[in-house]
Amino acid sequence: MEGTLFNIFAGLTVLSALLVVANPFSRNPVTSALFLVTTMISISGLFVLLGAYFLAAVQILVYAGAVMVLFLFVIMLLDLREAARRKLNLVSLAMGIMAVGALFLIYKSSLESTYGEASQQHEVAADTGQAEAKAAKVVGSTRALGQALFSGDNGFILPFEIVSILLLVAMVGVILLSRKEPR
Amino acid sequence: MEPTLSQYLLVSGALFAIGLLGVIVRRNLLIIYMSLELMLNAANVALVAMSRFNGNLDGQVMVFFIITVAAAEVSVGLALIVALYRKRQTADVADLATMKL
Repeated sequence: MEGTLFNIFAGLTVLSALLVVANPFSRNPVTSALFLVTTMISISGLFVLLGAYFLAAVQILVYAGAVMVLFLFVIMLLDLREAARRKLNLVSLAMGIMAVGALFLIYKSSLESTYGEASQQHEVAADTGQAEAKAAKVVGSTRALGQALFSGDNGFILPFEIVSILLLVAMVGVILLSRKEPR
Repeated sequence: MEPTLSQYLLVSGALFAIGLLGVIVRRNLLIIYMSLELMLNAANVALVAMSRFNGNLDGQVMVFFIITVAAAEVSVGLALIVALYRKRQTADVADLATMKL
């Protein structure tokens, strides 16, 4: 069951991410933005599978809600139809695909050598029981995450306050930046 | 069958590669920005997966902060793009190659 759901969400994530970057049917930025929403929602599905329920909710609220509205607003503000007609440079496209593909293959092979069967065989016996007992316990419910944030001697109260100041600064900065030029 | 850590990391790596491809290949400033968001989310997926499989909640706390900072970053970045568009009337990086406004 969990494996099937993982396959669905992972496939949806990667597919819609590809459609954000390179959509063969439409070069319109609005299409990209809407596929970005699909990506965010399937990522939050992955978060649910990983037991991070609070983060899944925050992901949908912040990304599919706030960030997407902002993106769509800006797309409509800029009126980008002219730019959509421009063609991609084929050489740069081929080079980009080659470079990124090579990077991904390196990453994949290093993953396989780290977590592959050959390297794990001797560790599995010792690790499996422990890891599974731990994995069952870690659930990112709102309560657990709040306790991790605010309680204990390794709480994150200071970073939390700094982030709130950062949000205030961002708000003031955005108002300043999007004001009409004083003449 | 329960998915393993390396499967989650593979998805995260694929997402990051796609985002990087978008930043390299696309010429529209807004799409480049969306690709940046994809890369941030790839990091988030990797952090949550690591947190789950290592039995430590700190990774999820980190993701919480990343999401907050990313929201602030998006708002400021989009305001910058709008300000730039007002000056230059374009959102194509090929036209924005000079530092002079």
